[in-house]
Amino acid sequence: MPVIVGMTLFSFILIHLVPGDPIRIMVGGKAPEAVVKNIDHRLGLDRPLPEQYVTFVGHAAHGDLGESIVLRRPVSSVVGERIGPSLFLLGYGTLIGIVLAVPLGIASARWRNRLPDHLTRLLTLVAFAMPPFWLGLILVRKFSLDLGWFPVSGYGTGFLGHVYHLTLPALTIGLFLASMLIRSLRASLIDIFGTEYIEAVRARGASEARVVLKHSLRNALISTITVLTVNLGFLIGGAVIVEKVFDIPGMGQLLVDSIFTRDFPVVQGLTLVFGVLVVLLNLTADLAYAAIDPRVRLA
Amino acid sequence: MITSKQQLIEAHAPRLRRRARSDRRWSNVTLGVGVAIVAITLLAAIFAPWIAPYHPNDVNLLTSFEAPSWQHLMGTDNLGRDIFSRVVWAGRVDFQIGIITTYVPLVTGMLVGAVAGYFGGWVDSVLMRLTDVVIAFPFLVLVIAILAIVGPGLTGLYIAVLCVGWSMYARLTRGEMLVLREQQFMLAAEGLGFSRRRIILRHALPNLLRPNLVFSMADIVLNILLAASLSFLGLGVQPPTAEWGAMVADGQNYLLNAWWITTMPGLVIVAVGVGLSLIGDGLAERMGERFRLGI
Repeated sequence: MPVIVGMTLFSFILIHLVPGDPIRIMVGGKAPEAVVKNIDHRLGLDRPLPEQYVTFVGHAAHGDLGESIVLRRPVSSVVGERIGPSLFLLGYGTLIGIVLAVPLGIASARWRNRLPDHLTRLLTLVAFAMPPFWLGLILVRKFSLDLGWFPVSGYGTGFLGHVYHLTLPALTIGLFLASMLIRSLRASLIDIFGTEYIEAVRARGASEARVVLKHSLRNALISTITVLTVNLGFLIGGAVIVEKVFDIPGMGQLLVDSIFTRDFPVVQGLTLVFGVLVVLLNLTADLAYAAIDPRVRLA
Repeated sequence: MITSKQQLIEAHAPRLRRRARSDRRWSNVTLGVGVAIVAITLLAAIFAPWIAPYHPNDVNLLTSFEAPSWQHLMGTDNLGRDIFSRVVWAGRVDFQIGIITTYVPLVTGMLVGAVAGYFGGWVDSVLMRLTDVVIAFPFLVLVIAILAIVGPGLTGLYIAVLCVGWSMYARLTRGEMLVLREQQFMLAAEGLGFSRRRIILRHALPNLLRPNLVFSMADIVLNILLAASLSFLGLGVQPPTAEWGAMVADGQNYLLNAWWITTMPGLVIVAVGVGLSLIGDGLAERMGERFRLGI
């Protein structure tokens, strides 16, 4: 809840920090004073700031985020049509990240300080240091231009079209995410392998697969979800860049474009939507904790 | 047949000792390699005027799109500028951004975290609630929003980092402070009647520095990547100033016929990032060892 308040406050202040008058930018430099006054009054910009804030929050709660200066359409509808691709990209990227991280993390912890571990650690090091935009360009060059397997850019139509178009972008995000997940998974698996209850499971004669998959992995996943939520911000940041590289019509691309067109209401709306998105995803993570860990369910 | 815990430990001792030794050896190797990579790139950046064979912004259309050769170690770009020289000069910009955006927040974050952890109570609640809000917010979105106000360039990046960067350090320091507060020497300092300022600054902070430094190694990688990403989007360092991310962006239209324009600066970013991460890993492992011995 304080997070939501903080975010509305920030995105509200944002538009008031803009140098010059947004209305002047909107109507053009040479508009007569009366016109500006009139618009000011109509949009409630001549009211005291706290009152404006309350109106802003009230409107935002009803899905009214103002009007885009450049597109002359409600911000909510402009942003609304961009949410889908962004969510698809984030979800697909997270999925790829997890699918890559779980087996590699297990291998790395199981054969600690041996070849699988060294290879995995090298991979995580490079993937962590890899700028997402450059990785995206490498993937485009290899898989789109040389091999022709995937399209260079775009979003496609229909579910399969989205999957087809977003595979390379999602892989770009997924590799970066995997580098963080593998590290935490490895560390917590190594800790868990040393605990007494795993010793007890081994003593009962459980197979190695059972020890790792059933008894260790489930515990390690809890800290992995924490890492996932802590890095949500970075993940979204990565998605913004990747959308720009692959020309995906998502919120990130809209955000960057709006900077160049100086479309402040859209920037304001997007900041708010991104913030709410993070809060919602954190909520999902809490539910995932409960699904994995019975102790959380009881509490 | 009941084995005591003592016997169990003794049975496992050689294996554990071997593992500890191989861990230690690896932490030395990673630290060494990391320091070497970072030192080379950092020195190259510092001594750029003597190392770079050409001026980074010298345009020469006659030599454009030349592949890497002895004349031009990393080739030339679409304007015939020597990529090696640009990469070396860009190091100055990127390291400067990385260091400022990491270590200024480290100081402020440590202070916030130490105060919150030491005082506890409502001070702690207020500061940590604020930290939660700041951490939850997607950083890049915030930076871009601030750039919308102040316009493209480094100013926005610096403002955003000063507003937000401290949060992770504050959370980390506060957690460590809660443990540290209960230690004997802290109680002794309190018993001696030292001022709170003196206790926090002189007695607590030096002990809190190490975990923060380890974390800062990962942070500086992310900050350099952030600066490079912003420049790639055209929102960060403005042309013609050489910056690694901006150089990758310059070359993206020539992916097929001149791969080196994007690849060379990209490789340098990865090398620096790997180097810094290795230092962080090496330090963390050493520290973990010491912590384990201490118990």
